[in-house]
Formats: sequence, structure tokens, C-alpha cells
Amino acid sequence: MSALTTSLPRAAWLVLERDLRLAFRRWEQVTHPVVFFVMVATLFPLALSPEPSLLRTIAPGVVWVGALLSSLLALESLFRTDLEDGTLEQLTLSGQPLAWLLLSKTLAHWFLSGVPLVIAAPLVAVSLAAPGESIAVLMISLALGTGVLSFIGAVGAALTLGSRRGSVLLSLLVLPLAMPVLIFGSRATDQAMRGDLSNGPLWLLAAMLILAVTLAPLASAAAVRVSLE
Amino acid sequence: MAETDSPALEARDLHLWRGTKHVLRGLSFAATAGHLLHVRGPNGCGKTTLLRTLAGFLWPEEGALYWAGRPVNDDRDGYAADLAYLGHENAMKADLTALENLRYATNVRHATDRRTVEAVLERLGVHAQKDLPFRSLSAGQRRRVAMARVLLARARLWLLDEPFTNLDSAGVRELSSVVAEHARGGGIAILTAHSELDLPGAELRRLELV
Repeated sequence: MSALTTSLPRAAWLVLERDLRLAFRRWEQVTHPVVFFVMVATLFPLALSPEPSLLRTIAPGVVWVGALLSSLLALESLFRTDLEDGTLEQLTLSGQPLAWLLLSKTLAHWFLSGVPLVIAAPLVAVSLAAPGESIAVLMISLALGTGVLSFIGAVGAALTLGSRRGSVLLSLLVLPLAMPVLIFGSRATDQAMRGDLSNGPLWLLAAMLILAVTLAPLASAAAVRVSLE
Repeated sequence: MAETDSPALEARDLHLWRGTKHVLRGLSFAATAGHLLHVRGPNGCGKTTLLRTLAGFLWPEEGALYWAGRPVNDDRDGYAADLAYLGHENAMKADLTALENLRYATNVRHATDRRTVEAVLERLGVHAQKDLPFRSLSAGQRRRVAMARVLLARARLWLLDEPFTNLDSAGVRELSSVVAEHARGGGIAILTAHSELDLPGAELRRLELV
């Protein structure tokens, strides 16, 4: 009966492929967070003053606050539609480990919400008068940081599925846990802009990513099971 | 696991509360290969709750559920692999086509080629709609596609919550024959339905909830 059971990598790939395909069918949803990110970051020079030295001082903070809020914005849709149309139930009944499938789902979410921010980062950096050498560090730190935010956020999104208006609760839940990412991410960017080595905060971000990828899916799976009750 | 011992679903003394309401009050039943169990009762008596409990979404406060003689909680993923559940929602993505939906839903469980999927869609009378986005199908056609997922799951135990909603009379007949065939092939089906069921050549049992 279960002789032809799908292997774990294949199951993960199917979940990932399905979410990416869905996202390309609903393009406007995917672009919303990245447009938000670019808007926040480019409005600052207009609102403050176009003085390069001032912009350079605030750039790390602006970029990272923008990235954090933008990834919060994208989180709400992670499991919500799947809960409403019943596909989340079917995912838990697929006979595959739920945590593994959710890891793949969260990865898809990172591709759709985090990677666009990384790609848009050079544009934002230039508009904030960041020196060209720091752009690589900014992109690496954003890639690591948005990954952590996606995985931590997935736990929050799964936990708040049960409540009708979960978005405020979700922000309250996720923001404190996201603080280390904000601190070390902007620290890495700041150091790079001053021309210093930013290995320290980058390694810390990488360590946080490993921790989040390892543990968060287990917590998400438990939370999803509770939310389906 | 030995293929010879026919798997059976057994509920022993299930008690379940939803808030302050005692929905399942010491429910016990057993279903073995070839059984069709028709869960009946007035609206709000807990038919969906029972099916969701059997699917493992709800945890009974007391009592236990056994599949093939082993407690379901010992191996939930193993139990889920033997189980196909059709809920109120069709569990299909509106933006994907029927074929895509079924490809993802089925292949996560086991490898299924396109021909098999198309054959099942043909059988359920929605083959012509296979490449249309799910959102553009009628309510009855959606139900048929959702039922195709159950068929493709190759599961022993079917839990069908109101499978006949939105189906026309031809659809009800076709679906009835599919369910009856599942039972004749040694499967178990537990379903809720408001109307009387006419399932040719299958032993139908009733479970009345009050």
C-alpha cells in the first residue's frame, strides 16, 4: 500500500513548487512587500534632507526597519489562505512529517518575501548614499536576516491562525523575537559603510539562521496542529 | 506490517467537549474492511466533529482511537498515510487548475502519473475541465475534483464529510458507485450525508448521533 511513498526531498520540492507557482499566478500579492520596502527607504531622503552624510548615518537603520516591517507584512498570508481553503488540513494528513513540509513552505515564503528585498537592496542603498563597497555586505546581511525573520515569523503566523484578527497579535509576538536580527543586521551594514570588517554580526546572523531553520519548523508544526483544532 | 490482518478502525468510548458542549458522549464503534458507515443526525449534533476527530484534528478528552489494532497516536503520520479526508472545504487552490491541484495533492503522498489522474477525472465526469482554473468550476464540479483527490490518495480509510453537497443526481449516483466500489475492494468509508444513501452492493451501517 505504502510501497511507493514519496521521498522527503520530493515532497518538499512539491510543496515549494506549488507555492511558487501560486505566487506567480497572483503577482500583485508578491510584489506588495517589496514595493513597500523600496517606498519606505526612498521616502527618507525626500522627507529629511538629501545630505549624503546624514543619509549615510541613518541608512542602516532605515533599510533594516523597512525590511523588518515588510517581512511582517508578508507573514500574514503565509498560512492564512491555506487554512481557509482546507489545504493546510490536507498537508497535515499527507503522511509526511508536517515540520518538514512547513520548512519547505517557509522556504518558499522566504523566496517570495526575502529574496526580492535582497535584489532591491542595491537600489535602496544608492538612494541612501551608501558607499558602493558596502552593498555586498548589505545584501548578505539582508539574505540571512530575512531568512531568520521568515522562520521565526512562521511560528507566529501558525500560532495566530486561530484568531480572527491575528495580524496585531502576530506583530506583537514576532517583533520582540526579531529584535536581534534588526540589531545585528543594521550593525553589520553600519560597519560595512564605515569601511570596517563586519564579519562578527554576519556570523551571528548566520548562526541565528541555522538555529531558526532547525527549530522553528518543529514549533510551527505544533502550532498548526493546535490551530486546526 | 502484515497485509493479511485487515485493518480496522475502532473507537473506544470517545468523549469530546467543544467549549461547554459535550459533543461526543462515550461513542464506541468499529469498522472493518468493506464497511460503509453512514453517520446521521440533526444539524449541530457533531457529525463534522466526529469526522475531524477520526481524522486526528481533534483530540478526544477521553477514550482512544485504534487503527489496525494500534493506537492512532503512536504513529500519526502512518495513520494519515492510510487515510483520505474530504472536509467541507475542497482543499484546492482556486488559482491552480484541477490537474495541477491534484498533481500536488497526490504526489506529496505517492508518485502518480498524469494518466492516472486524468482517468480518475474522466471517471468522475470532470475531465473536460482539467485545465481550467479551479475557481472557474461550478460548485458541483469542484466537489467532483475534490473527490478525485480522495480516490487518488489510495487510502484504506475514507472520511467523507457531506460528499454529496452540490452534486446533481447523476453525480450522486456516480459518487455512490465509487464509494461502494471502495468498500467492495476492502476499504472502509465513513461518511455523513443528510439524504438516504443508495450504495449498490455494499453493506451500509448507520451511526446515529443525537
